[in-house]
Amino acid sequence: MSALPTSTSSRIAAVSTASAASAAPARFEFRPLNVGRFVIWSLFVLVLAVAPLVFTSSLSITMLSQMGIAIVACLSFNMLLGQGGMLSFGHAVYTGLATFVSIHALNAIAGGLPIPVSLVPLVGGVAGMFFAVLFGYVTTKKAGTPFAMITLGIGELVFAMSLMIPEFFGGEGGVQANRVVGKAVMGITFGPQIQVYYLLAVYTLVCTAAMFAFTQTPLGRMLNAVRDNPERVEFIGYSTQRVRYIAFIIAGFFAGIAGGMYALNFEIATAEVVGAARSGAYLLFTFLGGATFFFGPIIGAILMVVAFVLLSEFTKAWLLYLGLIFLFMVMYAPGGIASLIMLNLRVAAFGKLRRLWVAYVALAGTALVMLAGAAAMIEMVYHLQLNPALGPNLRFLGVPLDATGLDSWFGAAFVTLVGLAMFEATRRVFGKQWGQIQEEIEKEIRRREAL
Amino acid sequence: MSATGYALELKDLRKAFGKTEIIRGANLAVKPGERVAIIGPNGAGKSTLFNLISGRFGPSSGEIVLNGQRIEHLKPYEINRKGLARSFQVSNLFTRLSVFENLRCGVLWSQGYKYSFWKFLSKLHDANARAEELMKMIKLDKKRDVLAMNLTYAEQRALEIGITIAGGADVVLLDEPTAGMSKSETKRFIELIREVTVGKTLLTVEHDMGVVFGLADKIAVLVYGEVIAFDKPDAVRANAKVQEAYLGSVLADHQAADAKA
Repeated sequence: MSALPTSTSSRIAAVSTASAASAAPARFEFRPLNVGRFVIWSLFVLVLAVAPLVFTSSLSITMLSQMGIAIVACLSFNMLLGQGGMLSFGHAVYTGLATFVSIHALNAIAGGLPIPVSLVPLVGGVAGMFFAVLFGYVTTKKAGTPFAMITLGIGELVFAMSLMIPEFFGGEGGVQANRVVGKAVMGITFGPQIQVYYLLAVYTLVCTAAMFAFTQTPLGRMLNAVRDNPERVEFIGYSTQRVRYIAFIIAGFFAGIAGGMYALNFEIATAEVVGAARSGAYLLFTFLGGATFFFGPIIGAILMVVAFVLLSEFTKAWLLYLGLIFLFMVMYAPGGIASLIMLNLRVAAFGKLRRLWVAYVALAGTALVMLAGAAAMIEMVYHLQLNPALGPNLRFLGVPLDATGLDSWFGAAFVTLVGLAMFEATRRVFGKQWGQIQEEIEKEIRRREAL
Repeated sequence: MSATGYALELKDLRKAFGKTEIIRGANLAVKPGERVAIIGPNGAGKSTLFNLISGRFGPSSGEIVLNGQRIEHLKPYEINRKGLARSFQVSNLFTRLSVFENLRCGVLWSQGYKYSFWKFLSKLHDANARAEELMKMIKLDKKRDVLAMNLTYAEQRALEIGITIAGGADVVLLDEPTAGMSKSETKRFIELIREVTVGKTLLTVEHDMGVVFGLADKIAVLVYGEVIAFDKPDAVRANAKVQEAYLGSVLADHQAADAKA
C-alpha cells in the first residue's frame, strides 16, 4: 500500500535494523529519515504548485482543476475497492449528493450564511459522510457480490429520486450557484479559475495525505485484513461489518469533499453527477490506474480527465476505445498501470531493465500498428453512421479512406491482422524474457537472504 | 477465574443441520491449563464442535461456558474478545499482508486499538513489540516482510498458529495443526506448539496418534456427536467402550510401536 518503491537500499537497511535492534523498541519509530517518502511528497507539492505555471492555457487550468477533483474522488473510491475489497457501483451517489448540498450551501452563502466559500468542500465532505452513514449501514452489512448489488441498487434509487424531487435536485436543468459570493478574503474572490485551482490543489494535497495516513492506522490495516480474509478477521476480535462500515463512512467523507470541490469548480449540479455513468468512470479509471497501490488511482484520475476532455474531442468513438483499453488492461495487467510501474521498478532495482527495452519498443510498435488498423475501421463505421451526409470519404491519420470501398476495408483489416500477429509474436518473446528475469531476481533474493 | 473452576464447559450441546443431528448431546469440562486432544472417526463432528465453540455456528441447544460465562449465543469476535482463539485446518491467513502484518492484525484488538484511525501503526510500540516477539516464537523472524501467500506450507501453518495465539487468549483451539505435514515437520511443529501454548488451556483436533499422545494431558473421544470418554491417555487406551467404538486397532498399533521403540 505504500506509495514508495521498495528500493534495495531501504530493504537492506530494514533487514539490518531488524536483526540488530531486537531489544530496542525505538526501531518501531516512524523512520525520521524516510528520504524516499519525503522526496515523493515534496515532488507532489511541487507539481501541484507549478503545473498551472507550465500549462497556462485556460483549457489546461480547467483540466488541472478537474484532475484535482478526480484524484480525491478516485482515491476515496479505492479506499473501498483496493484497500477493502469492496466493489462499489454507486460511488457517485456520495460525490454527487455532496455536490448538490454544496451548491445549495453556495446559494445559502449568497443569501447571507456566514461560511467562507473556501470551506464549501468541507460542507460537501460532511454531506458525503452523512449519506454514507445512512446508506452505508445497509450496504456494508454484506460483502462481495451482495455488496456490489446493493451499491448498484442505491445508485439507481438516488438517480431516480433526483428526477422525482426537483426542489432539491432542480429537475432536468439542475441547480446552479455562483461561487463569487460572500466576503473576499485577502482579495481572493474565487472569480478567476486560477484561484479556484489553487484552492482545489490544497484540498487535493491535504486529502491525499490524509487518505495515505489512513492506510497506516489500525483501522486501515484491518481493512486490508477484511479484504484478504473476512472470515479470519472475525476470529481475531474484529467485526468485519463494523470495519467495512467505518471505512465506508470515511470514504464517503472524502468522496463528499470531491463533490464539494466539483461544485466550486463547475457551479452547477445536474442529475448526471449522481448517475451510474459517473460511478462506472470512478471504477474504470481507478482500476486502470491500479487499485493495488495507493498512488494508482491518482494516475487513473489524471487519465480520466484526459480521456473525458481530450479524447472525446479527438474522436466520437472515444468510449469504444476506452472500453477496449479497459478490456486489455483487465486481461494483461489486472494490477493497472501502477503495478506495471512497480514491477518494472523492481526489475530496474536489480539492474535488468535494460534487457527489456527492445521488447518494449517492439510491443509498443506492433500494438500501434494493430490499433491504427482497428481504429481506421471503427472510424469508418462511425463516419457511415453519424456523417452520412458528408459522403463516404474521410481522412484518418492523414490517409484518405473510402468508407464504402472494399480497398479501404481490406487495407484496414490487413493492417490490423498483421499488427495483431506481430504483437502476439513479440508478446510471447517478451513473456519468456520477463519470466527469465523474474527467475533471476528470485534467485538473487534467495542468495541475499542466505548471506 | 470462574465459579465452576473450569475454563471451558460444554453442557448437553446439540447441533442439527436440517434433520441430521451432528452433535448429539456433547458434554465436556476442561480445567484451566489442561491440554486436551479431541479424537474420533471421520464424521464424528470434531470440526463442527470447534465451529460451535468458536461461534462460527450457533448450537441448536445446550450450553457453552467459557470461564464461567455462557457464550453460545455470541458472535465469533465477541467470543474471541472473551479469551478464546482458534486456528483452522486449512490455513486461513491474510494472504496479501506480510508475516509481520498478519501477526500485528492478530495483536491489535487485544492491545485495545479497536477501530482507531487516529493513531499510526508505527507508533504502537506495545503491539509492534508483541508482533516481533510472536514472530520469533514461531521462528518466522527471517521472513518478516514476506507476504503470507509466498510462504511455504509449513511456514503458513506456523503463521496460522501465530495469529491464533497473538491475541493472548487463554483458551486455544487448534484444528488439525499438523495436517498435511511430513513426519519430521510434524515433530518439530509439536515442539513449537508446546512452547507457544505454555500455561494455556489447549484443545486440539488430531488424527495423528503420535501428536495426540505427545501433546495431550487428556483425550476426549468423540463418536457420533457424543463424548464417550474423557480421561488421561492411558485410561482412554484401556477404556473398553472406546476400543469397541473406534480406537482399538489404532491404539494397539501405537502400543506395539511403542513397545518396539
